[in-house]
Amino acid sequence: MTTTAPKPETTRGALAGMVAELASGAIRVVDLTNVLSSDFPVIVLPSEYGQCEPFRMETVSRYDGNGPAWYWNNISMNEHTGTHFDAPAHWVTGRDIANGTVDAIPPEDFIHPAVVIDIAEEAAADEDFIVTRAFLEEWEAQNGRIEPRHWILLRSNWAKRVGTLSYLNLKDDGAHSPGPDAGAMRFLVNERDCIGLGVETVGTDAGQASLFDEPLPAHSILHGNGRYGLQCLTNLDELPTRGAVIVASPLKIKGGSGSPLRVIAMVPSHPD
Amino acid sequence: MSARPPKETRDPLARKKARHVAPGKRSRAMHALSARAAQGRFVLQVCTDCGTATYPPREACPNCWGKLAWQDQPTGAEVLCETEIRVSTDLYFRDHLPWRMGKVALDAGPVALVHLHRSLTPGDRAVIRTMLDRGGNAALFALPPSGEIDMTDPQLREFVVPIVGKTVLVSDARSAIGLAVVKALHEAGAALVVAGMAPPDRALGAGAEILSREGVQQVPLDIADQGSVMEALSKIGGPLDIVINTARHVRAGGVSANANLVEQRRAFDVAAMGLSRLAQATGPMLAGRPNGAFVDLISSDALAGSASHAGFAAAEAARLALLQAFRAEMRDAGVRVMAVFTGPVEDEHHQRVPPPKVAPGRIARSIVEALTQGHEQTCVGDVAQDAMARWLEKPALYAREKNL
Repeated sequence: MTTTAPKPETTRGALAGMVAELASGAIRVVDLTNVLSSDFPVIVLPSEYGQCEPFRMETVSRYDGNGPAWYWNNISMNEHTGTHFDAPAHWVTGRDIANGTVDAIPPEDFIHPAVVIDIAEEAAADEDFIVTRAFLEEWEAQNGRIEPRHWILLRSNWAKRVGTLSYLNLKDDGAHSPGPDAGAMRFLVNERDCIGLGVETVGTDAGQASLFDEPLPAHSILHGNGRYGLQCLTNLDELPTRGAVIVASPLKIKGGSGSPLRVIAMVPSHPD
Repeated sequence: MSARPPKETRDPLARKKARHVAPGKRSRAMHALSARAAQGRFVLQVCTDCGTATYPPREACPNCWGKLAWQDQPTGAEVLCETEIRVSTDLYFRDHLPWRMGKVALDAGPVALVHLHRSLTPGDRAVIRTMLDRGGNAALFALPPSGEIDMTDPQLREFVVPIVGKTVLVSDARSAIGLAVVKALHEAGAALVVAGMAPPDRALGAGAEILSREGVQQVPLDIADQGSVMEALSKIGGPLDIVINTARHVRAGGVSANANLVEQRRAFDVAAMGLSRLAQATGPMLAGRPNGAFVDLISSDALAGSASHAGFAAAEAARLALLQAFRAEMRDAGVRVMAVFTGPVEDEHHQRVPPPKVAPGRIARSIVEALTQGHEQTCVGDVAQDAMARWLEKPALYAREKNL
């Protein structure tokens, strides 16, 4: 006979309380998602690689001869188009992670609290700003230790560039946008046990990260350790440093490496 | 003040002008002449028995009942007589009266009834062009010996597509070809060249200064997306006269070997479906214009499959088929649907292809020429011309030889 640990219990009251607070506005819901449209930029890889398809929409009918009372569209896109989720299987380092595709990720991972790290000023001053371990340690000295099992959200204000050339910020020598280096990623994954990294830019890695000594460290280290990525987020400036809870549930694509999704944050009116 | 030609203005309350096309019924022999005229050739039937050239086209030699064969002919002629038509019951011609006609003695032999340029009088030497009328059928037009097209002659304008003062959309202006086309149209006097800018969006590099000039308007345009096409068209102020579809997706690759299905699909999405999206959205706009035209840049790979560029050739073949259907649809509206065929281009997409290759600027000049000369089908460069000649002669042999 085996003994199993007793399951943690909750009451219906806790959920009911949350719903009541949502209804009353005590918990605010912030939409962290960009509009999924054909003109929303997608990541551009060096030309020797296959490219990411943008979102596209073709109308099947709109109250017309093809469907007099209904309106619907066929849509197509890459799994990594628009505001989207990266599963561990997205990266070669995560290829052997159990349940590493979007259809297999345990659903409880879709809801986690977040820590928001503000790098807006640094990114404004330097579009290639790199988040390092030293930067994070300094941030902790100011803001307290990052708790385990949290989303790390980098607020760079990059979402405010959407609709301009400076969002992808493609130049002759590639894209320029902020992101972490390998030291920062190891710190967040190994020592702070983050759920994943969420960014406003088109990728979790910096624009020039393919040229780092350890290339594309965010993807490589996050996914190699079974962590997730969220990209093309917006409205991070409406979140408190601590206290927001992220709801990010990707589409259940069979064997999918990621998925566009609607990301929302539940924010208490008094985070402290 | 703008140095560009001003856009045309119209009375907003005026009833929409109904447009007609020249009557279209023709004999099968006449359609055979039209098919050759579309290639810019001046051909007549010649008897294989007695050698007599004949016009108009017929089924047998009027001299000896011998078998007739099409042959390219000298274009010279002498004007014999002239007349001016002032009354007609035909709706199209009523709109364009008076209309000059004349009889000419062709150097090739026959006497022919032709459309007469306004400067020609009896006794003059002339060059004869077979041009396509607004209904898409061949007609002989007598021009002054220089052969120059006088755009101020309203009768002649019916057979060509004027560019001066017109609004033109170029579907992919970011490519080397597209850039060259924008430049050529701008220099040819288009009032506005709308430059479709394909994603990804990025700052313009060197050589793209033309896109920032007055008379050029950049609009984001992804012809692989219906919504993007509609949005781009909504940003064009005033009527649209001409569409130049330069969008293509050139990638090497086979079918089972060295195949890349993502690239193959993309080639279809841009070349074939892209043409459909663009045609569907712009067709009705062009149909309302007095000289609407749609020019499609097609690879000569469309004529027969290519083992080295299988997906690209298949997509271009599909594009050609769609273009032919679109041409038929537009015939009643008098909108000219033209094809400019090219072989490999001197651009970044053909780095592994050996010369001869066609410079983008040459393609652009050919497109302008196709419009102003009224050529329904043009082959630019040696590769396309050779491919077309061989395909016309023996299509099955050409398909075989191409992939040896």
